[in-house]
Amino acid sequence: MNSATNSALPWFILLAPLASAAIITLFTRRWKNLSGSISVAAVGVTFVCSCLIFGKIDISAAPLNWLDVAGIFKAPIGLTIDPLSKMMLLIVSGVGSLIHIYSLGYMRDDDGKARYFAALSLFMFAMFGIVLANNFVMLFIFWELVGFTSYVLIGHWFTRDAAAEAAKKAFLTNRIGDFGFMLGILMIWTATGSIIFDDILPKMSILTSNAAFLTVAALLIFCGAAGKSAQFPLHVWLPDAMEGPTPVSALIHAATMVAAGVYMLARVAFIIQASPAALNVIAWIGAITALMAALIATQQDDIKRILAYSTLSQLGYMFTAIGLTSNEAALFHLFTHAFFKALLFLGAGSVIIMLHHEQNIWKMGGLTKRLPITFFTFAVGACALIGLPPFSGFFSKDAILALAFEHNMSIFAMALFTAVLTAFYVTRLVVVAFFGKPRGESARTAEEAPRVMTAPLIMLAILSFIAGFGFFAQNFLLVPHEKETVLLVPMLALVALALGALTAFYLYRNREFDPIDVDLLRQKFYVDEFYGWLIRATQERLARVAAFIDHWIINGGFVGGVSASARGLGSLLRYVQIGNLQAYAFLFGLGIVAIIYYAVLR
Amino acid sequence: MLLLIVLLPILAATAILAGAPTRKTALGASVAMLLLTLFAFVEYEPWRRGFQYVISFPILPEWHLSFSLGLDGLSLTMVLLAAIVTVAAVWFTGKIDKYERAFYACLLFISGGAIGAFASLDLFFFYAFHELALIPTFLLIGIWGSGDRVAAAWKITIYLALGSFVLLLGLILLYQNLPVALRTFYIPDLKRSIGQIPPDAQRNIFLLLLIGFGTLISLFPFHSWAPEAYASAPAPAAMLHAGVLKKFGLYGLLRLAVPLLPEGARYWSGLLIVLLLGNIIYIGLVTIAQKKLDWMLGYSSVMHMGYIFLGIASANLLGTIGAATLMFAHGLSIALLFAVAGEIRKRTGTLDFQKLGGLAKTMPFAGLAFGFAAFAAIGLPGFANFAAEIMVFFSAFRNGWEMSRFHTFQIATVLALWGVVISAVYMLRAYRNVFMGQPNEHQNAIVDLRTSLRLPVAMLVATLLVFGFFPQYLVDVVAPTFRNYFTTAQTP
Repeated sequence: MNSATNSALPWFILLAPLASAAIITLFTRRWKNLSGSISVAAVGVTFVCSCLIFGKIDISAAPLNWLDVAGIFKAPIGLTIDPLSKMMLLIVSGVGSLIHIYSLGYMRDDDGKARYFAALSLFMFAMFGIVLANNFVMLFIFWELVGFTSYVLIGHWFTRDAAAEAAKKAFLTNRIGDFGFMLGILMIWTATGSIIFDDILPKMSILTSNAAFLTVAALLIFCGAAGKSAQFPLHVWLPDAMEGPTPVSALIHAATMVAAGVYMLARVAFIIQASPAALNVIAWIGAITALMAALIATQQDDIKRILAYSTLSQLGYMFTAIGLTSNEAALFHLFTHAFFKALLFLGAGSVIIMLHHEQNIWKMGGLTKRLPITFFTFAVGACALIGLPPFSGFFSKDAILALAFEHNMSIFAMALFTAVLTAFYVTRLVVVAFFGKPRGESARTAEEAPRVMTAPLIMLAILSFIAGFGFFAQNFLLVPHEKETVLLVPMLALVALALGALTAFYLYRNREFDPIDVDLLRQKFYVDEFYGWLIRATQERLARVAAFIDHWIINGGFVGGVSASARGLGSLLRYVQIGNLQAYAFLFGLGIVAIIYYAVLR
Repeated sequence: MLLLIVLLPILAATAILAGAPTRKTALGASVAMLLLTLFAFVEYEPWRRGFQYVISFPILPEWHLSFSLGLDGLSLTMVLLAAIVTVAAVWFTGKIDKYERAFYACLLFISGGAIGAFASLDLFFFYAFHELALIPTFLLIGIWGSGDRVAAAWKITIYLALGSFVLLLGLILLYQNLPVALRTFYIPDLKRSIGQIPPDAQRNIFLLLLIGFGTLISLFPFHSWAPEAYASAPAPAAMLHAGVLKKFGLYGLLRLAVPLLPEGARYWSGLLIVLLLGNIIYIGLVTIAQKKLDWMLGYSSVMHMGYIFLGIASANLLGTIGAATLMFAHGLSIALLFAVAGEIRKRTGTLDFQKLGGLAKTMPFAGLAFGFAAFAAIGLPGFANFAAEIMVFFSAFRNGWEMSRFHTFQIATVLALWGVVISAVYMLRAYRNVFMGQPNEHQNAIVDLRTSLRLPVAMLVATLLVFGFFPQYLVDVVAPTFRNYFTTAQTP
């Protein structure tokens, strides 16, 4: 351990984006293009630093003190450099760089471009903070900060009511998750006396001595992960978050931030894995989210929303893997998913902007020739998502399916059915959006996106293709190795894929409208409506009652008489005004005399 | 130097009343005061025990009464808060339609009174300075307020006068119960009486002090003066009162009640927890139901007192440090919130959520400033408020800890944590209603804050950020004050 060389590189990763955000906010808000360049330069620095760190075997960074109260409560800012964080650094900075570059094109004419890039830089800062955190409080700090940047970026077009509502909803839903998260942290700190991961590890026996306590603490921490990674029942904010600019959806709401929940659980796996009950809950929540989101995705018409539900569904797979104690499988899928989902979102963004902000797939069509690069790269992403061999998604999804097959047949069945649905909705999306005849005016005249946008698409397409191959992936993480006995699993996965894809292809080829109409799915199982009702029935009602009590009873009853007399005396005040001061001072003087009399002369 | 800090605002106020140029004198005096305070803050030596910068003028030596000033970490932090908020409040005071001189003089009197109370080492002047600061608050609301200002002014007058009266009773009782040989008004000498006050007396006195100070702090259920007064007060008055003067009560609890009456504190901790949860949960819900920005801010300021009380109720080192830090942070954030709200009222004539919208389009800088302050207030990491709240939560959760089940403090912490969600709900709703969405058509001609106001905003935000990124700096200054209290067997 001590042989690790101390390096400032990790600090550069953290500080470059922070500096960029500060410079843009303070100085260059008026120069939009300069602001964009600063932000891109900062993320470039982080990518280079991440690569350098990745190449070094033993590297550490000296921790800084953030808060230390007499040794009772110690919260340092310390950086963990291990294979897990190294891989995540590369994903975040790599995908981040491509998306920053893409954003230069996507946000070219936006009025709030400077604000956009400042928030994007701040996001990178916060995300790197999560990746590098070596303790719970630091993790929580950056955890909340990514939530904040997500709020700012979802609400980028804040004059649109939908964006304003979505931003608020995202932050509040995350706050509910963080409520549980903080409580879990408090429990673990109070029991073990530390918040630093490496210091908690040797004290695990304190936690394991009380199984119920440990399970509650682990589930509360999972609560934070569920909020950030939008797992059921806290999933409602992610689809709405699509109101933000598309590169944001790609970076934050697909590739990195929403995967932070998975990353965090992998980081504290030593706590989670000590509680079988908590693991079971996590696995089931993951499977339920995966299935539910895939079902909803089959009936959405907005290209970004389909992808958003797909993200939920894929994150569900990752949580299932975490719950089945295989961090390797979860992280492998996180790794491949980051590339192909970012690719799909950026491709969707390219379609959207070239069709003048058209997002309804039924108004698209006939785009294969008009947007060839976009189409081709999007198709690569789609193949990876549905798990067509040898695209990357095949390998990582297969690892999770094999895992489920081994541990829990009912979860395996759910995951397999989810795979059918995935193939179905992705095929539907591609067939409706790209094939057939143009169904809208803007689709008829669309042109290919500029090179600053297509170049990242091509890069991500390459990565999405190769990221699953063992020889490539094993450089970055432990690839879960296949057991020969479960050859059945990839066969079943392929059958599922063929079933879903072929059904969708025949159902949606050359259609003008959707032949299927399932209201329950179109309305997303009415979860939003239910929550709306719940908030109205509890919080709003309680708030109104409390306000009523405060206004009429505490205020009215107790002070009512006072107020009434005040009204009478009020006219008096108007005459005396400053003269009143003397009267008050006189009374006050009397009071003082009284104290002295009582206190001293008595 | 400390004498100068205390007297500057008072002298400036007198000079203004006597005919000196209004705004220049006020601004000059408050900036000079801030610079002196910063100097004192930098020069302060936290490792030395006791009070620093002490000056003393005996008044009635045979009664041990003297006009004494001095600072330790806690009072220094409060004076720094007062100085910063004073500069901001004076800066945000624009043209005043009537009695401009009196308005500025009132502001400076509040500031001088508050600083005097924090810096006083003598019980008598500690109390007297606070009363000096209250009177101009009443006048500011009664004369320059908006809405039903006379009723609001009377309400706050009567309420706070009653509170002060209860407080006075408590202080007298406290004095009487000191061992005869140790009777003194001199605060630093009071600690010699620690452990010498009979438990019964401690309980009675603590309750009186809790109600007396509590009324001044708007502790539930003695809070109802606060939202109305803040809604009605002109913005600079609300900034100074909610930001600074209200902290007097908390300061008093931390300075007198917690160290001198540990038995009283322990005895009433159950009651205090119920009341502070009233502040956090009940007032939090009331805040959600508000339909106007000024009322919402007023209630939110009442609500946030609950967290400070939670730190005080924990009665341990971490909790009291957290409470003191939160007093500082809350003062800055609420001042900025009231300042921006006041500027909006000046431009639109209303703070009704229904009638506002999309102001971030027409007033981008105001939107940025309010955003910073709002997120600071709801405890976003990076701002000092978060560092303070986290200390409060950790200290409270640890009190009476047992692994097998949750006790009072654990349950209180869980509920208080839920308050963090509640505060996010009302703050984000307000931000969404006021700054986001489509701008109202008749509000298209609104202009942003003038450029010179960027300075006070930057000052407030920068202070919040500096102590949010480096809370240790503030903790190191404040900690010695409390370490003295808890050196006996009370460590958590």
